[in-house]
Amino acid sequence: MNRLPLLFIGILATFGSAWLGVVAYAYVNLGSLQPVISEETGGLLPPPLSGSAIAGQKVYAANGCLYCHSQQVRPASLSTDIAKGLGPRRTVARDYINERTVFLGTMRTGPDLTNIGVRQPSVEWHHQHLFEPGVVSEGSIMPSYRYLYKVREIQGQPSEEAIPVRGPHAPGPGYEVVPTQDAKDLVAYLISLKRNYPLPEVPEEQ
Amino acid sequence: MSAATAAAPHPSTHTEVLSPQERYEIDRSLRAPVLLFFGTSIFWLLIGSILGTLAAFKMSYPGFLDSEAWLTFGRMRPAHLNVVVYGWASTAGIGVGIWLMARLCRVPLRSQNLVISAGIIWNVGILVGTLAILAGYSRSIEWLEFPGFATPILFFAYGLIGVWTIIMFRFRKPGHVYVSQWYLLAGFLWFPWLYATANILLIWQPMQGSGQAAVNWWFAHNVLGLWFTPIGLASAYYFIPKVIGRPIHSYYLSILGFWSLALFYSWNGMHHLIGGPFPAWMISAAVVASIMMFIPVFTVAINHHMTMRGNFEYLKWSPTLRFTVFGAMTYTLVSFQGSTMAIPALNSITHFTDYTIGHSHLGVYGFFSMMMFGAMYYIIPRLTGWEWPSASLIRWHFWLAAVGIILMVGTLTVGGVIQGLALRDVEVSFMTSVYLEAPFRYVRSLTGIILTAAHVVFAVHFTLMLLRSGEQKKSATLFAKSTREMATV
Repeated sequence: MNRLPLLFIGILATFGSAWLGVVAYAYVNLGSLQPVISEETGGLLPPPLSGSAIAGQKVYAANGCLYCHSQQVRPASLSTDIAKGLGPRRTVARDYINERTVFLGTMRTGPDLTNIGVRQPSVEWHHQHLFEPGVVSEGSIMPSYRYLYKVREIQGQPSEEAIPVRGPHAPGPGYEVVPTQDAKDLVAYLISLKRNYPLPEVPEEQ
Repeated sequence: MSAATAAAPHPSTHTEVLSPQERYEIDRSLRAPVLLFFGTSIFWLLIGSILGTLAAFKMSYPGFLDSEAWLTFGRMRPAHLNVVVYGWASTAGIGVGIWLMARLCRVPLRSQNLVISAGIIWNVGILVGTLAILAGYSRSIEWLEFPGFATPILFFAYGLIGVWTIIMFRFRKPGHVYVSQWYLLAGFLWFPWLYATANILLIWQPMQGSGQAAVNWWFAHNVLGLWFTPIGLASAYYFIPKVIGRPIHSYYLSILGFWSLALFYSWNGMHHLIGGPFPAWMISAAVVASIMMFIPVFTVAINHHMTMRGNFEYLKWSPTLRFTVFGAMTYTLVSFQGSTMAIPALNSITHFTDYTIGHSHLGVYGFFSMMMFGAMYYIIPRLTGWEWPSASLIRWHFWLAAVGIILMVGTLTVGGVIQGLALRDVEVSFMTSVYLEAPFRYVRSLTGIILTAAHVVFAVHFTLMLLRSGEQKKSATLFAKSTREMATV
């Protein structure tokens, strides 16, 4: 092959076709979706995230939760995700417009978290789980995130923020476990994950 | 036209022919830069192997090294991936790419110092990025975890390297352009386009919503398909005919294989997101393109096989050929597997499981890394003017690597199917999928030790080579004494 302009143009054109089809299309169309107004409450769907939840996304990213947990529910025609209780409906592009980084994930070494805020709404449960996963979730292979917590001696009254923890890393009497700001933000983000509201483009059970 | 000339193979099916003087000048000009890329790539290979093996054991022993943030699984795993993809595979690929380009263009590298500086900057970028991931600056975008302050360093360094590769091509000696050069030219043009697009839209000015994932997997899949694959195939197209001393079987199959790869591979990425929150056509296009990959893959496989036919006994002697043919055969296998994984009915089992992890290791290691090892065994003696000190160390390297990767991919594949069937079954709890997969994960971690051992052997041998250990040999280091005269090794 010695017609080099042809080689050069071909190299750029073949690649450019997919660049236009996948990247430019996604940027223009998926990148400009707007929230819709809920007929029931008058609020926005998907609901905006709290400041703490937005900070929690960074903690989620920094500690690589994504490598074991997906955040997507596939349609019933392709999978048993809905039958297995991951959510009442498939997730669609509009569900993710508030995420600074979208954590769809590609692994389910751990359970899907699309609707973890619905399944586990308890802040205390999440703190106990992050501190010592095996204690509240038997058989779990999730590592401990103790480094997001401080163990300190109780001075006078125990702190209101202290987490009741059990297990091998629970501190002795006279000590308490309190979450760092990172832990609080991460839990705020996890609790916010509720993609069970209705959207016009996707009726339930689909 | 006489019958004899009509039957002669197409001139573009031959690798370069150089006088000893030309060869000497080209290899001398490449010596320092290419050895820098090879040496640092082997260093990152060792670091990446250790990170990967430690991360793997954490899945069996979640309490192992869990007290410090930087040692957590969610940081070591992306550190492993990025060290291996950028530190090892890309760095080795750049070294092989520059060497092949100079040889095939029949011109020496004119600006050694610039390329050496670029190589140093490139390695600084990888070091900064890796430390940043461990320190908690990862954005958790797969294959793009290096934060926004590390990627410009890599991009700048790559720019210097890429420009010089293309300049070499521009000033090549007249004559036919060989198939390896098409692949190299394409790969060296595609990578910066990929990396710049992904950096701008995902790291520096993140676009909104799920389109991020589309761009993410367009990027990640194409790093394999349009950066590693072109360099790997350029290497196979060069070393197979070089070692056995025959031209490539068919010029026309080479053309078909090249253009169909360029056209179809670039659309494949969305098959990582089947069932995800995207318009149906985006997924469908990716599934179709993935199936169409049968064309480039089997075209290349037939072309390589027909070139090798009647010459398989060279595998007994030549280290380069043994690694290269292992890589070429794995390329066919891993591409076939990849196409089948895009079929939605099968994807619903393998998606989200260790099956995918097995597939990616088969691609990056079984195909690309083996190809790079083969190329290095050929190139390094020509740069150092010294033959490999020990045939048995090469043999150890080959068998540890081959057995390690086959066992690793085998366990992840079987385990992945079991895990996938459990995840899909409505009657089975999630925790059951964890229990069922546990023994496979454990064996996989052990295979990580085997691969790490292979890399230690290779690193030791490379160091001995640089120290010019052993006696000066008159001929190349072969596995066994050749009973046939070999063109080259």
